[in-house]
Amino acid sequence: MISPATNLFPWLTLLTLLPAVGALALACMPARKPTLARMVALWIALGELMLVLLLLQHFDRASSALQFVERRAWIPALGVEYFVGVDGLGILMLLLTAMIVPMGILASKKIAERARLYFVLLLLLESCLIGAFTALNFFHWFLYWEASLLPAFFLIRLWGGRARAAAAMQFLVYSMAGSIALLLAFLAIFAGTGKFDFLSLAALAQRGELMPAVIQTLGWHGCTPQHIALALFVGALAGFAVKVPMLPLHTWLPDAYTEAPTGTTVVLTGAMSKLGLYGLLRILLPIFGAEMQAARTWLLWLAVATIVFPACTALVQRDLKRIFAYSSINHLGYCLLGIFAVLPTLATQSAPVVERQAALQGVLLQMFNHGLTAAALFWFVALLEERSGGLRALEDFGGLRKPMPIFAGLMGIAIFASMGLPGLNGFVSEFLIFQGSVPLAPWQATIALLGLLATAIFFLGMVQRVFAGPLNPRWVAMPDLALQEWLILAPAIALLVLLGVYPQWVMSIFNATAVHMVQPLHF
Amino acid sequence: MNPLTGYLLLAALLFSIGLAGVLTRRSAILMLVGMELMLNAANLNLIAFWRYGPNPAAMTGVLFALFSIGVAAAEAAVGLGLLVAVARRVRTTDVDQMDAMRG
Amino acid sequence: MMSIVPILWWIPALPVLAAGLIALLRQRQRALAQTLAIGAMGASLLLSLVAFLHVWANVRRAMPTLEIVNFNWLQIGDTWLRLGWMLDPLSALMLVMVSLVSLLVFLYSTGYMEHDENATRFFCFLALFAGAMLGVVIANSLLLLFLCWELVGVTSYFLIGFWYAKPSAAAAAKKAFIVTRIGDLGLFLGMVWLQTRTGTLLFYDHGAGCMEHAALARLSVAAAASIAVLIFCGAAGKSGQFPLHVWLPDAMEGPTPVSALIHAATMVAAGVFLVARVYPLMSVHPVNLLHSSAMPPTLALQVITWVGAATAIIAAAIAVAQNDIKRILAYSTISQLGYMMLGLGVGGVVVGIFHLLTHAFFKALLFLGAGSVIHGCDGEQDIRRMGGLSKAMPVTFATYAAGMLALCGFPLVFSGFWSKDAILHAAHLWSLSQIPFWLGSAGALLTAFYMTRQVCYVFAGAYRGALDKSAVGHGAPPAAGPHESPAVMTLPLIVLAIFAIALGWLGTPAWEWLQSFLQGQPAELHWAALASAGLLGTMLLSSTLVFAGLGLGWWLYGRRPAQHAAAPDVLEQQWPHIFTALGNGFHVDAFYAATVVRPFAAACALSDWLDRCVWSGAVRAVAAGTQLLARAEVWTDARVVNAGFDAGCQGVTRGGQFLALLQNGRVQRYLRVLTLALIVLAVVLLWRMRG
Repeated sequence: MISPATNLFPWLTLLTLLPAVGALALACMPARKPTLARMVALWIALGELMLVLLLLQHFDRASSALQFVERRAWIPALGVEYFVGVDGLGILMLLLTAMIVPMGILASKKIAERARLYFVLLLLLESCLIGAFTALNFFHWFLYWEASLLPAFFLIRLWGGRARAAAAMQFLVYSMAGSIALLLAFLAIFAGTGKFDFLSLAALAQRGELMPAVIQTLGWHGCTPQHIALALFVGALAGFAVKVPMLPLHTWLPDAYTEAPTGTTVVLTGAMSKLGLYGLLRILLPIFGAEMQAARTWLLWLAVATIVFPACTALVQRDLKRIFAYSSINHLGYCLLGIFAVLPTLATQSAPVVERQAALQGVLLQMFNHGLTAAALFWFVALLEERSGGLRALEDFGGLRKPMPIFAGLMGIAIFASMGLPGLNGFVSEFLIFQGSVPLAPWQATIALLGLLATAIFFLGMVQRVFAGPLNPRWVAMPDLALQEWLILAPAIALLVLLGVYPQWVMSIFNATAVHMVQPLHF
Repeated sequence: MNPLTGYLLLAALLFSIGLAGVLTRRSAILMLVGMELMLNAANLNLIAFWRYGPNPAAMTGVLFALFSIGVAAAEAAVGLGLLVAVARRVRTTDVDQMDAMRG
Repeated sequence: MMSIVPILWWIPALPVLAAGLIALLRQRQRALAQTLAIGAMGASLLLSLVAFLHVWANVRRAMPTLEIVNFNWLQIGDTWLRLGWMLDPLSALMLVMVSLVSLLVFLYSTGYMEHDENATRFFCFLALFAGAMLGVVIANSLLLLFLCWELVGVTSYFLIGFWYAKPSAAAAAKKAFIVTRIGDLGLFLGMVWLQTRTGTLLFYDHGAGCMEHAALARLSVAAAASIAVLIFCGAAGKSGQFPLHVWLPDAMEGPTPVSALIHAATMVAAGVFLVARVYPLMSVHPVNLLHSSAMPPTLALQVITWVGAATAIIAAAIAVAQNDIKRILAYSTISQLGYMMLGLGVGGVVVGIFHLLTHAFFKALLFLGAGSVIHGCDGEQDIRRMGGLSKAMPVTFATYAAGMLALCGFPLVFSGFWSKDAILHAAHLWSLSQIPFWLGSAGALLTAFYMTRQVCYVFAGAYRGALDKSAVGHGAPPAAGPHESPAVMTLPLIVLAIFAIALGWLGTPAWEWLQSFLQGQPAELHWAALASAGLLGTMLLSSTLVFAGLGLGWWLYGRRPAQHAAAPDVLEQQWPHIFTALGNGFHVDAFYAATVVRPFAAACALSDWLDRCVWSGAVRAVAAGTQLLARAEVWTDARVVNAGFDAGCQGVTRGGQFLALLQNGRVQRYLRVLTLALIVLAVVLLWRMRG
């Protein structure tokens, strides 16, 4: 990595702290109307978005170096520093998070009980996410990573649906189990190297010195170095795979997304699910590159399974949120496919760099796109729930296009974006991922194409049941989007279209970073 | 028959009477009396062994006996004192009643 | 003079913009929506004409006819992914055809959709469709083409499902989208592969495009053939070729102008256009880059030929036994698309595109005519409940007859004759097999037959419909009996009828204007070419077949028109089994339901089961295992650890209690024990001293 220059003003610390401080302030406010709490939280989140946009203005898009770096010694004896900074990937995630949280807050209109606490938790979650996306030292990165579970847990546990207790517990324990595996792997690495910061570890791994150092400390007879390295890798992978999620570690997701209050689901799917992919790209790929290469074929097939199975499963679901939850897994599966496909093998070493480049940029773009699209889709579900009194099974609706044409039209755009229709954002990223993956992993990519087909089938089936057909007499008077809602939703939908037509706007943010990330990936 | 034997038999008889008294009498005072008897049996032995021993010229036996009588007197004084103190507390001199030290 | 090429993108952009504006309108602002759509379409038509004249001028001055504008779209590392548009004779012709037919259909729709409350939305989709279709036509990049291609597909989806409250319409829309998407996946894969192998998706880029020699020379034989076949998958899906044709008949659930524009004239022809556009790839022998006729046709072209021929005959046969006026035309469209593919396969771009153009006009005419008939009969679509309409709807009848004769290929006068003849002639000359030629010829006979049957049912005899029948689906107020449609609907019919007749004269063997134009050469008149032996033979044969078909149809259906709606079909009486099989489209739908849909549904159920029982089950098993361990631990704690400790303690206590018995505090007992012990000790000592 390029040695980071130190910046004067602690922008990133400010970004991390702002929602937390805002949350504290909100908590100190006298508890009155839920609307007031929501508005305050919204303004804090919008302020955060403004700050991120300001940061983006000052971000040097041509550089792949870490920017806005802050580095302070913390616990020198343990190699712990306060070390934050962003490159193209980091700032993309900041932008996404800052955009998603206001959407989540807006989609939480239904929250009436203990509303203040709800929004406090939501802001704390944003703080943790921003912290995790900027941290470059394992120590405080892991703090944020774990801390983000707590607000999410309470949001699901306290405001969720009927089966919220089990869902929240499963979410928490599942994530914790993954995190513990990750923690153990990193403690082993620390024991071997005495380092916690990602840059130094990546540099060690790049020179091939990381695993020997670890094995020297940990090695005991009966275990080959390969075994130890593989065990560490699997541990670290498990932590991220649960978060993404990758089959077969995904079962917490449909329950959690379905039971969580929809505003929370927006944040979970839009921003929090990116933590896992971010970890894969930022941590696993540079540090465990060699082990990932060894496991490449297995990983690719797992990615294919993550694409195909959830898409098929979604077809059988009856609950709108469950359908979108499975489609979420499917979409992140494309990211996994892209990430694993760029891993070098002997067979693909002759493949041109541009293909790895395309796949990786597709992955980054897909992370952004999926965040936006999935958040928008869950937002629409929230609006629908507001109108139907909480109903959201496919059978409950029918013919809704008639009473609410504008709603149907805008949600239709989001659905087609999710389906990967050209002209909308999803297509560009999926095209790039396949553009990269087909030559690098022909069989897996070809089978993964079936996912695209299955996606279309279940989405259209859903549209047919909810919006088409004879109008369910219960909903004759269902109100269409009010002007205010329309005005709030329109920018999000416009963004979906804009990114489909002119993706370069976002792609230029991380182009240099992607170039930099691909460099160590060929022989 | 050696005259010593007679003294020894007498002393043994005396000791046995004392022992039987100590072991069987209920009264603490009578137990003390038994003990005095046993002590005196021992004194008798000391004197007898001195008188008929290999060196009667030395006054060892008499000294032993005198010493023993002194100790017995002191012992009787302490023992009776203790006995009076205990009897005041338990209002009896029956040793079977004095079992406060049982486990 | 400013060149049209840099502003060519306005041609698709105008309708798309109009669509965007219409989307913001309210439902009742119908007039404004129509004005916007028609105005934008008219402007596009004007621009298209300018573009066409520009190309024509280039052709006549023997200047290069291919002009391109490429631009950067997005950056991948250091390379840019580029898109672009192009103007060549093919796209110029298509531009004019698409914008003209679109404009006419728009005009017609103002009449047809008069009573529909959602007409605003209808024009929005229609304009969006037209824009996307024009985009397909001018795209100079397979990626841009695919982009517009999918947009076309989605507008088709919306328009098929326009009357979304009808479950059958919603289902048909979904089916259309998914079946074409199956083909599109092939196209997508082919596109990605092509990009991998050639490094670009621009068709033409000053020698560096993927349809130019430098790029094609880099392809291996297998790669070229595979990519070409994959791309053809997309074309087959869109153009309703045989295994993927099932969506097109169902697509007739859409409003009739939609069927005319999208499912007859333009969108379904996009597949044919795509094959024509990538024809260099389809026909290339990469080893030596020869296109000469000495080489056998490439694998891709063979596939196209056979699929086209099979589609042509199968669909024509099915059309014979249909009773829905639009379904007959739908199968006819599939059949004609098969002819176009056959033409591309055996004869090249010119032959296929010629038929595409003529077909676009006469099939749009037929559909609009059918729409006029349906409109006049208050939404009735079953030809058995029509009849005798020639008197009630004279203009419709006259134009419909022109379209029908053009479709049948009535010799010399009608355009269909010349274009179909060109295909059959090329098929006759095909080097590999004569079977496609005979299949095509048989299809021509069937075409003439089923069209005659339809026209006899609809226009001849007496009206068989119930007069008091209320409107179905279409929303027209009930009227007394069939009536002629308003002028705004008949006018487009007349314009189209003129084209349906006259367009053929642009491509007769004597004056091959179209062929020369497409190849960028000025055309010359050769009367003698008409008389060449092979050509004359084919013409005679096809004329004979057409007359035979017409005659047979008239003899069976026109001589004694059916008297009432319930009367069985003549063929049905003769061969009921065959007729039923044909009526059900050879049961292809049922076959797919059994072989594809149900296994897929089962796979989905299986996947759901895996999710619930295996993956979740594993998690639950781990959870249950943990709980079991915890319970076991609790039990061990209570029953083993705690109980054992307690038992130990009790043992110690009891032992203490027993030992405490010795110490009863009675001095005498102690002494007795002491004495006894002393005695024993003495005895033992004495015993030992004894010896």
